[in-house]
Amino acid sequence: MNFITIDKKDWAPGIDKSRKTFRVYGPVEDENGCQIKPLAPDTAPKMDAPVTVMSAKSVLFPQTEKILTATLDESKQDHHVMTPVETDDMPRVVLGIRPYDAKAVQLVKLNFDNPDYQDPYWCAAYEATTFVGLGVTHPGPCDFSTAVGCGPFSEEGLDVLMADMDDKYLAKILTKKGENWVAACGFDTEADPKESQVLFDVLRKEAEKQIQTDLATDKLAGKTILDLYDAPFWDDVAFSCINCGTCTYVCPTCWCFDIQDETRHNTAVRFRNWDTCMSSLFTHHASGHNPRGTKVHRVRQRFMHKLKYFLDKYDQGIMCVGCGRCVASCPVNIDIREVCNRMNDYETTK
Amino acid sequence: MENPYLPYPVRIDDIEVATEDKSLKTFTFVFVNPADEEKFAYKAGQFAELSIPGVGEIPIGIASSPVEKGFVKFTVFRTGVVTTHLHNMKKGDLMGIRGPLGNWYPWDKLENKNVVIIGGGFAFTTLRSSIVYMLDPANRKKFKNIDVVYGARSPGMLLYREELFDWEKRDDINMHITVDGTDDPDWKYHTGFVPQVVEDNAPVADEDTYAIVCGPPIMIKFTQPALTKLGYQPHQIIMSLENRMKCGIGMCGRCNIGKELVCKDGPVFTLEEINQTPKEY
Repeated sequence: MNFITIDKKDWAPGIDKSRKTFRVYGPVEDENGCQIKPLAPDTAPKMDAPVTVMSAKSVLFPQTEKILTATLDESKQDHHVMTPVETDDMPRVVLGIRPYDAKAVQLVKLNFDNPDYQDPYWCAAYEATTFVGLGVTHPGPCDFSTAVGCGPFSEEGLDVLMADMDDKYLAKILTKKGENWVAACGFDTEADPKESQVLFDVLRKEAEKQIQTDLATDKLAGKTILDLYDAPFWDDVAFSCINCGTCTYVCPTCWCFDIQDETRHNTAVRFRNWDTCMSSLFTHHASGHNPRGTKVHRVRQRFMHKLKYFLDKYDQGIMCVGCGRCVASCPVNIDIREVCNRMNDYETTK
Repeated sequence: MENPYLPYPVRIDDIEVATEDKSLKTFTFVFVNPADEEKFAYKAGQFAELSIPGVGEIPIGIASSPVEKGFVKFTVFRTGVVTTHLHNMKKGDLMGIRGPLGNWYPWDKLENKNVVIIGGGFAFTTLRSSIVYMLDPANRKKFKNIDVVYGARSPGMLLYREELFDWEKRDDINMHITVDGTDDPDWKYHTGFVPQVVEDNAPVADEDTYAIVCGPPIMIKFTQPALTKLGYQPHQIIMSLENRMKCGIGMCGRCNIGKELVCKDGPVFTLEEINQTPKEY
């Protein structure tokens, strides 16, 4: 069974049925706009939502997360010995994730699940999660996913890809995880594979046509890190930046984090929190020295990491999926597409 | 799945004031679970996160040597929240150690080579680890000449003084101890800054000679030209960097210099490698 159709009448009841085995996440509208959140019982995901303000990365990488704990009570035998906090590994499904956010999970995976170390919290959440994507039929003005190896109907990182067909969804089941979710919902109306693929292709082409971008990344790999680092345009790029960090928080591929301890009464807890390379504290040594002490350093770090260091290190493209959130959210209109083109076009005169 | 954030529980077995201004203390830790010592097997040049529950973690170079068994040692400068807390802890207190982390000095490459160790101030911890390792009877024959240039502001600011003076007396290691200045009339070693002592005393480089340099940025900056004068090529100069760190395992994203992560790809780099990266350290 590769393709099924889901009548929209059956959609909400099916999701409810799956709650026995899955914790359900999806787009919800709240006072802060549209967000991917756990869905309360009896609420359906807002599938026709525009781009969610934040990406889906917090499902696997919460903004703040307890990782270890210890008792400081010296009358206890194991005092001052840290132990991992219990994690909830119940299967969960993210409904209506956009293809670029699913691809971003695959890029973030390179960091949290590598041959040397595996982050147990991220990896457990990843194992437990099924991604049910919804193709983007009307890409927004900031969407440039097609220019960075992704696209409105990209399947990478998804377990199921759905297309909105007015009164029904056409769903392509891509993995075993996807099959399990479909079974848990009781969706079983098979669709003709050939016809369905043709429909998907038509929708994909239609959607891709709507994305207007002249972003080029083809020459980035051929340049040296130091040439790009020493390029003359960084002062100009950083000029208007206020180092607010919004770009890093809304970015589905930004994974940097901080580790902090807190105590309450006799309990110590170690947390992991999202951090941002836009903050001067990010790299501030205890001695007072700061290797990235100016905002130009920090702005350059962000773009160099996404568009050059990552590319050179993993050889899997740039660390950007073209969702356009940073472009839309930046209070001073810094546009990664322009920066990328400047880097791509830069020819050293040396 | 191993949890790389989980420290091994350790007990503070000994605390020694390391310098006359009391800003540095050497902590000896013993593993609460003896089996953890084996898991913590390390090489000279690596570091670890000292982990105090409820306070935080700090990345510190391992000062004990792989050939010393039964304990691990760290010499810590009091400067921030965690180091200040640590300086106020006492013998018998429990805390954690996470590691070993990072790479190490290239011991395979250094076999059958002359090794020149250059250190300044309190950046002598992993160098002590290295010297003890090389002088171990089982290892000494693997290396040709060993020279050590080590300087501090004053005699009382030299780390591991007793060991230094013991090494001075040996004939299988050439010690060049120096202080910036002293009013001690009995001071029988060098006076002057490390770069000058290097220029005057370090061996001229041939292709079988490597220098390991560890020290404050200003010392490193002025030692490089001295080594160049002596014929050292960038690939023969080995350095250990520090940057602010949190995870120590290459994930949290702050300690990078270009695409290299100081915590995981480093902290040990050759000057040749460093010359290919932005100078963000």
